[in-house]
Amino acid sequence: MAYLELNNIYKTYGEGENATEVLSDINLSIEEGEFVAIVGFTGSGKTTLVNLINGLIKPTSGEVLFKGEPVVDTSHERGVIFQNYSLLPWLTVGQNVYMAVKEAFPKENKAFLKQRVNDYVAMVSLSPAINKRPKELSGGMRQRVAVARALAMNPEMIIMDEPLGALDALTRGNLQDEILNIWSQDKRTALLITNDVDEGIYMADRIIPLKPGPNATLGPEFKIDIERPRDKTALNDNANFKKTRNAIIEYLMDIGEERKSVSNETYELPDLAPKSFVA
Amino acid sequence: MEQEITLKKEGKSMAFLKPLLAKVTPKFQKADLLPSLKKAGITVLSILLFLGLWHLGSKALYNKEANFKIEKALTEQGQVAADAERACIASGDSSCQPNTLPSPTQVWASLQSLIADHKVINADKAAFVEKMAATNAKLVAKGKTAIVYTGRASFVDIVLTSIKTVFAGFLLALLIAVPIGVIIGLSPSLRSAFNWFIQIFKPVSPVVWYLLVFMIVKTLYIGDSSDNAFVISFISVGLCAMWATLVNTAMGVSSVDKDYINVAKVLKLGTFQKVFKVILPSSLPLIFTGLRITLSVAWMVLIAIELLAQSQGLGLFVWEEFQNGANDSNAKIIVAMFVIGIIGFLLDQIMLTVQNMVSFNKNEGV
Repeated sequence: MAYLELNNIYKTYGEGENATEVLSDINLSIEEGEFVAIVGFTGSGKTTLVNLINGLIKPTSGEVLFKGEPVVDTSHERGVIFQNYSLLPWLTVGQNVYMAVKEAFPKENKAFLKQRVNDYVAMVSLSPAINKRPKELSGGMRQRVAVARALAMNPEMIIMDEPLGALDALTRGNLQDEILNIWSQDKRTALLITNDVDEGIYMADRIIPLKPGPNATLGPEFKIDIERPRDKTALNDNANFKKTRNAIIEYLMDIGEERKSVSNETYELPDLAPKSFVA
Repeated sequence: MEQEITLKKEGKSMAFLKPLLAKVTPKFQKADLLPSLKKAGITVLSILLFLGLWHLGSKALYNKEANFKIEKALTEQGQVAADAERACIASGDSSCQPNTLPSPTQVWASLQSLIADHKVINADKAAFVEKMAATNAKLVAKGKTAIVYTGRASFVDIVLTSIKTVFAGFLLALLIAVPIGVIIGLSPSLRSAFNWFIQIFKPVSPVVWYLLVFMIVKTLYIGDSSDNAFVISFISVGLCAMWATLVNTAMGVSSVDKDYINVAKVLKLGTFQKVFKVILPSSLPLIFTGLRITLSVAWMVLIAIELLAQSQGLGLFVWEEFQNGANDSNAKIIVAMFVIGIIGFLLDQIMLTVQNMVSFNKNEGV
């Protein structure tokens, strides 16, 4: 039995005539310790899918099974890293992490909780900023706080909703390595939602494209057979990497084309000819 | 570099003081000096201009009324009476002075006399307490109530009574509006249940609130001879002023960023924790905006309500001076006007400072 299973998930927003089916017929299964990436265009229903898995919303039909149990609510077993960090601005870095740790370990004493906060803030190398408020930090630092907050709760599975989407390329690369580093230490199950194919290939064991919505559904999966730890620069010359990358991009482009070709609007072009400067 | 994590107690007390300290300790830098001097100069200049215009205006009004009086004496009683009237006005005798807008100097003199009067009354009070000390000690020993000074209230006492009334009213508004605002902000069904109530009672005038409170308090105090003017006035002030806080609190609580609610859900915070750790902190800026409006409304309606309630505050002072019609009554009214304005300004500044302390930049936090 798979660790996380999505069976025939449909999600509709709105009622009656205004109803839009965002997700249709989603089937997914993730094994324990696996790192899976879902790649899709913006607006294709990625966040809806994440919220279904972490229990913030319920599917219209179908079921989400986590370790064989249906998901009805959020759980500390599934840690979430949100797209927009979602740090509480009135709390410092330490307090933001402390709040999560306290909820995850309600029986532990204060010294243990503080130690855990210190450890995880140190892990994302933010110890000097532990008493700063989120608005005093850069985007990359904020996302690292969000990573520390999610991991400090010791979840069995990490769900990342475009965690690096709002960052510049350089910070992005660094944080990818950091997340992989942390992941490789205890190989927790991880689900990464992203719009960056390269990021998916670099980080995941398996990539599944999400066909754009409405009626978004998962496409065929692509296995990434590249040895870990992966080297970003060497990856560019790896034949396997190139092949997989091209295949995924081709697939995504094809659905893009498919979507575009549905439009049968014709454009009338003005009757123009280049002027001759010779005569 | 290892740093200890600070939780609430240590960390917050410093952060709380920071903006206040920044306000108290002025930073002197050479580059700042010239622009700030210029700014102060413009303020002083505009004050002088205002005083000048006021002086000219009051002089014109004075002359108009004086001329009218002389003309009237001339037409009704003849030249002799008119000359007597003119001499009388010129001599500055209080029996025939025109009673119009007082000049700045008259107002200043009135302020001085009010302060002098305060000193006289204070001395009276001290003498009374000294004189009655022995008698009161005996009365208390016998188990009776001591005799207290019941003479005229001085201007300073009056101002203090007004401030006390406003703060009592503000506190009442806070205690009623914030909890109700939070509750109706949290529950959409309660919000619609309360909506008609808020919409109907919000625009009711201070005078009507006073009458309503009077009806109720009068009956509650029935058979009790003690003075209930203060109670009536602070309750009316509170009820008049609480609406801004109520509406703002409800709005702040109901419009908490969805991301924060998601965080609360993912962390699995309990209801109590969710309200106190996520919803309230995030709506504090709006709540304080409401409280600031409440305080300024409270101060504004206070005058009318004190007048009606016969509470010994600035409102009654102004009304009594107007009824009194003494020579310096008008000047005293203007003094009260400035005192009301300045205190209102200071109250607003206090609230603004507090508001800046609790607010955070919402957009930058996400």
